[in-house]
Amino acid sequence: MGFMRPMEYVGGKFLRWLDEAGELLLLFIQSVLWLLRPPFRFSQIMKQMEFVGIGSLGVTILTGAFTGGVFALQSYHGFSLFGAESLVGSTVALALTRELGPVLTSLMVTGRAGSAMAAELGTMRVTEQVDALYVMAVNPVQYLVVPRILASVAMLPVLTVIADFVGIVGAYVVGVGLLGINHGIFISKIIEYMDFSDISMGLVKAAFFGLILSLVGCYKGFYTSGGAEGVGRATTRAVVLGSVLILASDYVLTAIMF
Amino acid sequence: MSENRNIIELIDIYKAFGAQQVLKGLNLGIPKGQTTVIIGRSGGGKSVMLKHMIGLIKPDQGQVMVGGGDIVRMSDHQLNQVRRRFGMLFQEAALFDSMTVMDNVAFPLREHTNLKEKQVREVVSEKLAMVGLPGVEHKMPSELSGGMRKRVGLARAIALEPEIILYDEPTTGLDPPLSAAINRLIADTQEKLGVTSVVISHDIEGAYQVGQNIAMLYHGKIIAQGTPDQIRDSSDEVVQQFIHGRPEGPIDVI
Ligand SMILES: Nc1ncnc2c1ncn2[C@@H]1O[C@H](COP(=O)(O)OP(=O)(O)OP(=O)(O)O)[C@@H](O)[C@H]1O
Ligand SMILES: [Mg+2]
Repeated sequence: MGFMRPMEYVGGKFLRWLDEAGELLLLFIQSVLWLLRPPFRFSQIMKQMEFVGIGSLGVTILTGAFTGGVFALQSYHGFSLFGAESLVGSTVALALTRELGPVLTSLMVTGRAGSAMAAELGTMRVTEQVDALYVMAVNPVQYLVVPRILASVAMLPVLTVIADFVGIVGAYVVGVGLLGINHGIFISKIIEYMDFSDISMGLVKAAFFGLILSLVGCYKGFYTSGGAEGVGRATTRAVVLGSVLILASDYVLTAIMF
Repeated sequence: MSENRNIIELIDIYKAFGAQQVLKGLNLGIPKGQTTVIIGRSGGGKSVMLKHMIGLIKPDQGQVMVGGGDIVRMSDHQLNQVRRRFGMLFQEAALFDSMTVMDNVAFPLREHTNLKEKQVREVVSEKLAMVGLPGVEHKMPSELSGGMRKRVGLARAIALEPEIILYDEPTTGLDPPLSAAINRLIADTQEKLGVTSVVISHDIEGAYQVGQNIAMLYHGKIIAQGTPDQIRDSSDEVVQQFIHGRPEGPIDVI
């Protein structure tokens, strides 16, 4: 009897996890179906693009700049051991465009916008504003979820390009400015080793992460129950689940694409 | 009891939340073109019942007929068509808190009509004046008092001049003259536009004024339904205790 308890616990967890995965998938399918049906809510989409895109600009630039700078510093120390300082620029550029740019940007936007989506929709749910939409014959998936997903899928690649660029500038400032790497070599090695596909694959990843963070944020918000505490819980879980899914899918996407 | 006379029929509705059985075989017909007032105990399931009428809550068992079709078994698309015939005032108003009062009341107009923006604004101002709130268009819901929010919710519910209006406690929290004015507004819309109204109310005197019909919900069922006179003269002890607000009687108060 006693030893069944852990099994029950694990089994229960697993079932709940399956449930959640199913609901998430269902919300995704509903969103796609509603996306194809008029009316198209341009003003809602623009509002969300502004919130996700413009709103996350500051944190994206900071993240990019410091990541690029630190990465240049670290790789310089490593590479200088065998005289390969000239590769600092291209190493940082490749790591940023392929990996760090999309992943770190998405994680930051998850914390900022994904959480806000969960809080906003969660509050609307517990104060019956979602019910009010149903009553007024407006589908809340179409009105609330679709614009957030579209905006995130569109803006994450843009933010990532900015993070990539600022990151390389940060690496340049540290590498060339502080550590004295030759300007021409720094630039030419980047051009030599980096393909356009490195950038574009990174952007595909970013768009996919945008889908994940908005879908998870909306899902957690949409199914909130239990008042203010429930909204708080939904917000936290949106960030945790969103971040975990971004990191896990990053591995899968990388394995498939590169 | 002819079916055509009732625009809404709740037939043998059962609804539980977890272990709590809220509705237990409820039957209720809402006559077309009249105002029906629902009375009953706090926490007795009135709001839950009202939400069944517009498909926000699905019953565990039973049928919800609106205009002859069972909305429980409808597709989402069909249900949406039915919902367009309704307006609803929520108990807590349920205003969109990210929008101004203007945008809240204009919401159904912008969604479901082709009115020009200028006309939308005119209709909104007119409806706000009707609920005694002229000139609050630019305010946010968070800047309003509870009673003001409720009236904005009322303005939003009647904005499209729907065929059926569901009011969840339209006068609770309003001062007496304002309650009387809102009751008159409900009676007027019913008379002028031939609207069918369902009003949940704790205000017995108001109920006699606005309702052609009164129904009492008790222990998950409708235990009495009739004209105000019939309810007033009801021989049912529960009804008598309730409408006279007596602490002692068959209703287990505390
Ligand atoms: N979504 C829900 N989940 C769980 N329980 C609920 C839910 N909605 C209502 N209930 C329960 O159903 C019962 C009836 O609630 P309802 O809101 O219909 O009461 P009411 O008659 O409208 O009361 P009041 O006059 O105070 O508004 C309550 O006990 C409430 O706890
Ligand atoms: Mg209620």
